[in-house]
Amino acid sequence: MEKLNIMIVGVGGQGTLLASRVLGTVALKNSYDVKVSEVHGMSQRGGSVVTYVKLGEKVYSPLIEKGEADIILAFEKLEALRWLEYLKDGGRMIINDQRIDPMPVIIGKARYPDNIIAKIKDNYHNTISIDALNIARQCGNIKAVNIVLLGLMAKSTDIGKDIWVSAIKEVVPEKLLEVNLKAFEAGYSAA
Amino acid sequence: MKKLMLGNEAVARGAYEAGVTVAAAYPGTPSTEITENIAKYDEIYSEWSPNEKVSLEVAIGASIAGARSICSMKHVGLNVAADPLFTVSYTGVNGGLVVMVADDPGMHSSQNEQDSRHYARASKVPMLEPADSQECKEFVRQAFEISEKFDCPVLVRLSTRVAHSQSTVELGEKCDYKLKDYSKNPDKYVMMPAMARKRHVEVEKRMTLLRDFSNESSLNAIEWGSKDIGVITCGIAYQYAREAFGDVSYLKIGMVYPLPDKLIADFCRQVKKVYIIEELEPFIEEQVKKMCIQATGKEIIPVIGELSAQLIREKVFGKNHAGKALLNETVPLRPPVMCPGCPHRGMYHVIKKLKLNVSGDIGCYTLGALPPTASMDTCICMGASVGAAHGMEKARGKEFGKKTVAVIGDSTFIHSGITGLIDVVYNKGNSTVIILDNSITGMTGHQHNPTTGYTIKGEPTRQVDLVKLANAIGIERVRVADPFNIKEFEKIVREEIEAEEPSVIISQRPCALLKHVKFKGALRINLEKCRKCKMCMSIGCPSIVDKGDHIEVNEALCVGCELCTKVCSFNAFEKAGDN
Repeated sequence: MEKLNIMIVGVGGQGTLLASRVLGTVALKNSYDVKVSEVHGMSQRGGSVVTYVKLGEKVYSPLIEKGEADIILAFEKLEALRWLEYLKDGGRMIINDQRIDPMPVIIGKARYPDNIIAKIKDNYHNTISIDALNIARQCGNIKAVNIVLLGLMAKSTDIGKDIWVSAIKEVVPEKLLEVNLKAFEAGYSAA
Repeated sequence: MKKLMLGNEAVARGAYEAGVTVAAAYPGTPSTEITENIAKYDEIYSEWSPNEKVSLEVAIGASIAGARSICSMKHVGLNVAADPLFTVSYTGVNGGLVVMVADDPGMHSSQNEQDSRHYARASKVPMLEPADSQECKEFVRQAFEISEKFDCPVLVRLSTRVAHSQSTVELGEKCDYKLKDYSKNPDKYVMMPAMARKRHVEVEKRMTLLRDFSNESSLNAIEWGSKDIGVITCGIAYQYAREAFGDVSYLKIGMVYPLPDKLIADFCRQVKKVYIIEELEPFIEEQVKKMCIQATGKEIIPVIGELSAQLIREKVFGKNHAGKALLNETVPLRPPVMCPGCPHRGMYHVIKKLKLNVSGDIGCYTLGALPPTASMDTCICMGASVGAAHGMEKARGKEFGKKTVAVIGDSTFIHSGITGLIDVVYNKGNSTVIILDNSITGMTGHQHNPTTGYTIKGEPTRQVDLVKLANAIGIERVRVADPFNIKEFEKIVREEIEAEEPSVIISQRPCALLKHVKFKGALRINLEKCRKCKMCMSIGCPSIVDKGDHIEVNEALCVGCELCTKVCSFNAFEKAGDN
């Protein structure tokens, strides 16, 4: 693998930062150079959030730019649409089939687009979707939605499953480990 | 050992390895995690100070007393701490003193986009700027050496993308730093005119020595490639430039003040065309051009916002990125919102109903300026709400004052709202100040402050009693109210704005994200009871959604704070999951 650019996009509060932390740890275990760029502060309050994870021989800029993402992991449908142009030709789009209405939609100033996933799938053939919220619920904690998605994404990379599992063990707090390992397994086998 | 670290975490590691024993800060994005990580080292005393000025004064005291000390803040925090900065430049240090300042190009979480490098020049303090986490750690270590060698504080500037990017760091050993001797030295540390005049001479001598150092230091390094183009750059802009220009020659500036003038002249002589790539202001560029060197910089590179490799490629080479056309869809914006369960929502509901003028401040509650709350009229800087409300009343008279409130968080009030409130009392103002006591500093990610009763290490401490404090400075009307008890809260606000004297309302309810805050679980709407009057929509909760033909609760978001039940006249909300 020469280089791998992954974007995690979602809504502030969905647990994207934990997912990026696991990803960074995975990269380090593979002894790639890695940069993980996150934004804290105001946008974490229910705003649109993005994390860039770049792996390679040598990584300079921490940012992934338009047309450069090998994988986009979208925690929410509208965010998948928002960041679509960052996907490179043939890149993989992974979408959580969850809808969170932004305030302009809630107050009737904007419209939430219809059939987002179908439209993306029609135009970007390397797209998969999953109801991660439901799977996380079945695993025993809806907050584990981030790790379900990570499991699904892990299958899309050529990095061994054991490396992902050991990274989760390093990053996730002990008392939440069991449910998160279950969530990873569920996401991984859903692919 | 290699570890993946945020830039901020690496700064903390650098401080630890340098033998720092005192660290002080006021939280501010993107600098907060520096001191949060320092607090994890038992060897270092650390504290959240009430504001940046105090934190720098604490660090200065520690330095004069012989310890290596560090103080961290965001760019606008340095405005608050500027007063001690300019004078500690004159006194110099005893133990090394490093001041971390984190700029926020693009304003991800800030009210302006100032370039803190100007402070280095204005205060005659050297400044370093790392470009990744490894450099964060190394530069902090070196900053302490420079501080002691040249007898001056050292500024280290970060930007959001360095502070909040994780990259690999090779950990080093902690150095064995011994506390330096303390001796009385008024000629050096008491800055009265007679002493300060002599110290200013020392400062100018130091600048010459520092410039020589900058020319020789490995902090400034040339990476030779093709000599057709030479790029002078610093900090995160270096990373973008490396991707945009590829195999050309680079002069990477790690010491941004004072600049290595001879090195720059030498570099420029050896390349055909010079580009200066820096984020925000033409700080390096103006100094280079003053040396009569031909270079291209801000003629093409924007002074506004963040740079990126694509932006540089576009501006320098005219390469327009052919991004794949978006689906033909309008994507609605997703601005940040107050969280489900947020205590501020109840307060804003009342303020909006009473159609008050709102002099606002900095914190999560600033989000009350956005629709649908749309109730905040001003937001300038930390603490400004109180003084500004007073000024509004003095400009437009008492009747206007009676339709005006200041809204300020507990931590922001301690930071610099207190002085404004004293002004109101002293100068016979009539303002009503609402202090939002949510038991934590919220926006920056839950830090303790003097009103929470806990230190940065989570140890119990004396808690500032806001009621007694207001009483002590002469406010006789102090009310404490729960913003989720909407009726009572409205009654109190009405009474206090009408009062013929200044008053304080303490809006007391903990942040919904605090671990100990427990709600009863998600609600849903009983569609048979709902009359679609949309009163519940008016509180601006992100989990209550208008679906066109009905109103719906997003159960994955709802925490069950029940504020909506208090505005619903038809008892339409019920616990989700019950049948």
